[in-house]
Amino acid sequence: MEHFDLSLVNWSRAQFALTAMYHWVFVPLTLGLSLIIAFMETLYYKTGDQEWKRITKFWMTLFGINFAIGVATGIILEFEFGTNWSNYSWFVGDIFGAPLAIEGIMAFFMESTFIAVMFFGWNKVSKKFHLISTWLVALGANLSALWILVANAWMQYPAGMNFNPDTARNEMNNFWEVLLSPVAVNKFLHTTSSGYVLAGLFVVGISAWYLLKGRHILLAKRSIIIASVFGLISSIYLAFTGDGSAYQVAQKQPMKLAAMEGLYKGKEGAPLIVIGVLTPGKEYNDDKEPYVFRIQIPKLLSFLGYRSGNAFVPGIKDIIDGNYTYTDQDGKQKVALSAEQKIERGRIAIQALADYRNAKENNDSLGMAYNRRLLDENFEYFGYGYLNDPKSIIPNVPLTFYSFHIMVGLGFLFIAFFILMLCLIYFNGFKISRWLLRLSILMIPLGYLAGQLGWIVAEVGRQPWTIQDILPTVAAVSRIDSSAVQITFFLFFIIFTSLLIAELRIMFTQIKKGPNDGGK
Amino acid sequence: MVDTTYIFLQHYWWFIISLLGALLVFLLFVQGGQTLIYTLGKTEMERTMVVNALGRKWDLTFTTLVTFGGAFFASFPLFYSTSFGGAYWVWMAILFCFTLQAVSYEFRSKPNNFLGSKTFEAFLFINGLLGTVLLGTAVATFFTGSEFSVAKINLTNLANPTISSWETPWHGLEAALNLHNLSLGLAVFFLARVLALLYFMNNINHDELFARSRKHLLYNAVPFLVFFLTFVIWLFIRDGFAVNPATGDVFMQKHKYLLNLIQMPVILVLFLVGVVLVLWGIAKSLLKPYTKGIWFTGIGTVLTVLSLFLIAGYNNTAYYPSTFNLQHSLTIFNSSSSKFTLTTMSIVSLLIPFVAAYIWYAWKSINTKKIDEDELKNETHVY
Repeated sequence: MEHFDLSLVNWSRAQFALTAMYHWVFVPLTLGLSLIIAFMETLYYKTGDQEWKRITKFWMTLFGINFAIGVATGIILEFEFGTNWSNYSWFVGDIFGAPLAIEGIMAFFMESTFIAVMFFGWNKVSKKFHLISTWLVALGANLSALWILVANAWMQYPAGMNFNPDTARNEMNNFWEVLLSPVAVNKFLHTTSSGYVLAGLFVVGISAWYLLKGRHILLAKRSIIIASVFGLISSIYLAFTGDGSAYQVAQKQPMKLAAMEGLYKGKEGAPLIVIGVLTPGKEYNDDKEPYVFRIQIPKLLSFLGYRSGNAFVPGIKDIIDGNYTYTDQDGKQKVALSAEQKIERGRIAIQALADYRNAKENNDSLGMAYNRRLLDENFEYFGYGYLNDPKSIIPNVPLTFYSFHIMVGLGFLFIAFFILMLCLIYFNGFKISRWLLRLSILMIPLGYLAGQLGWIVAEVGRQPWTIQDILPTVAAVSRIDSSAVQITFFLFFIIFTSLLIAELRIMFTQIKKGPNDGGK
Repeated sequence: MVDTTYIFLQHYWWFIISLLGALLVFLLFVQGGQTLIYTLGKTEMERTMVVNALGRKWDLTFTTLVTFGGAFFASFPLFYSTSFGGAYWVWMAILFCFTLQAVSYEFRSKPNNFLGSKTFEAFLFINGLLGTVLLGTAVATFFTGSEFSVAKINLTNLANPTISSWETPWHGLEAALNLHNLSLGLAVFFLARVLALLYFMNNINHDELFARSRKHLLYNAVPFLVFFLTFVIWLFIRDGFAVNPATGDVFMQKHKYLLNLIQMPVILVLFLVGVVLVLWGIAKSLLKPYTKGIWFTGIGTVLTVLSLFLIAGYNNTAYYPSTFNLQHSLTIFNSSSSKFTLTTMSIVSLLIPFVAAYIWYAWKSINTKKIDEDELKNETHVY
């Protein structure tokens, strides 16, 4: 809308996206590799076989190179909530801050303390204490993910809170609803399991390279078995949690689901697009066919989204125009409002807040009570009040659609890959053809790509909201010059890219050297 | 009606923030040490020992900083939104130099590291210098104030809904030009170096490094004392930002921070004991070859900084004053999270002693002997 500095909003979004995407290059490997290392060290502890110790230490070295840069990008994300999204920090800080603080107290210290034992304790503590420390690093890393994902899930589906007009912010009233909301549970399981799959692909891919080169054969074979089993279990689990996540999106964020599927006009028994090409330049209200090409499975979208093959799935146009029947969170049938009506209700809520505060200043208790009721009745549309154009509630459809479909396709490819790898090992020993070994290496970047695409679906698909329906990005941003954000964006870009190059070169060198050189 | 439980929780969380801030300042010895790598290490092995002594602790400092930020966000979100979103350049500069630090230890000695080990050492120096000076300067604004406004009613202004605004175009850079702020920034910088030197004397088994650390202890203790005393004396004679408990109005009160110490004798004792311990650790290490100075000066640092944080927020004081409009200043009452959130977090905070205990146990178990050349030659994970 013309009042806001859209350049500031867009640069702030770009900076946050840049930081988050770089962060997510490093974190998923930490999540999964910490567990694989812990499994390997457990085998060393159980068998006393020095080869397992050598294998554990090798993967631990790669873990260490990856870990530090994840930490570096993480701190920036935490502080960017304040530096770039100051209104957001106050409006929801009462809820959002708590998981961050708990994350620091419960998880970060566990991870950073026991990582020191893991790296420096080999000759200083008992085997048992060292093993426990390695498992605690894995636990700490995954607990860290839990709290920030709870916070992110809350932004997709705000639960366990109410709005306090006296403080002009949302306040938590039920911690368990925040922690255990179905969106939070699914988000945590889906996101962490994607990290496990990536770690499985990473270990298999590097081990495959050793087999291709004819080096470190025992390490490679053992690592492939562990990582393939871990990867297969994780990737099947990933598919289940993905289904759970999509179901939650259908219930809580229908516009995001419509964008994920390129569904402009809703229907009963909606099909799921398996592969599709969207029509360029398609507007939500024109008569163009939405797809240039598609392969679809009848009724599957209705079934996955609503657990009924004949259920109505609203499209983008339906959500803008309203007037369709849906079931709300309490199981009641309702008729959807149009976007324009929601904007109107949002404006009423915002004005009621202003009037409530004026009434309070004037000690007008009747005015306070009236406006409080008005605010409560309309609060679920509060964020719409900042929007002018109904179309602004549509996220970037092509980006969301293609990201979603490529991510899902890759997910199924990973399952097939791990099954193939394990079958070949089981039936053929390790007589794996060279093309499959090369393919295994290619799987590593595909694993990273899938993770990035998943976050694009989650975050771009949520636009224009920072917090679904109650705070759009235009009302969440800090009041700074957009030129300042541009400068920091490019500084971060240069630093992150340099550090990424440094990391990749160090990692490749370490992999070429192999396990004999330990961490040196 | 006055909600005493809520008031207690607000005080409790200001104490936790103060404690985290105090621990962070102590742990900044890592940053101080990073500015001494070439001053102390004359050979590659000596520099490696210095870097490894620090490298095993960097993550603890970093984690404390992250937790300090997270806890501040959770307990006093209006500070988070006002300061971070307003003093943009100062906080961004701090973030940049901590980002550079995080990778430098791990990457420095690795072959083919793209930027070269000298660049990563330069990153460590930048973090050591800027990180300490800027954090000290930013904390000093708790006593000197900043030009910002806070208006929650702005949320209802569709054209400009931003609640907190910085009222100077410098966005935090102006804080570094205030001499009182700068005196604390420089005091923190030299204190971090003093703590680092005492840490090396305790943690590294190397005669030349010990002797050089002791020599440089004097060179850094003197400017530390000069800047610290400048800051403290100036603090005690300046007017402070007081809050009228009945109305919530903020007003200037003569010698407010000195009065706070006098009116809160427990904190006065903490402050005095802290200062004495800091001086004791330094003096004893200067007068004779002594390795335990870090414990005295370290604990003294925690107590002194804790007491300074407490007089900034307790006893009806605005801890983040606005010089643009006094009534927009932040207090522990008007900027805190809700009672429910503070209660929830307080339950979680009961884990803190347990966390501290396992940190202590884990570190004790791997720090049974000092770092020496033999250990680094045999260690597989070397920075």
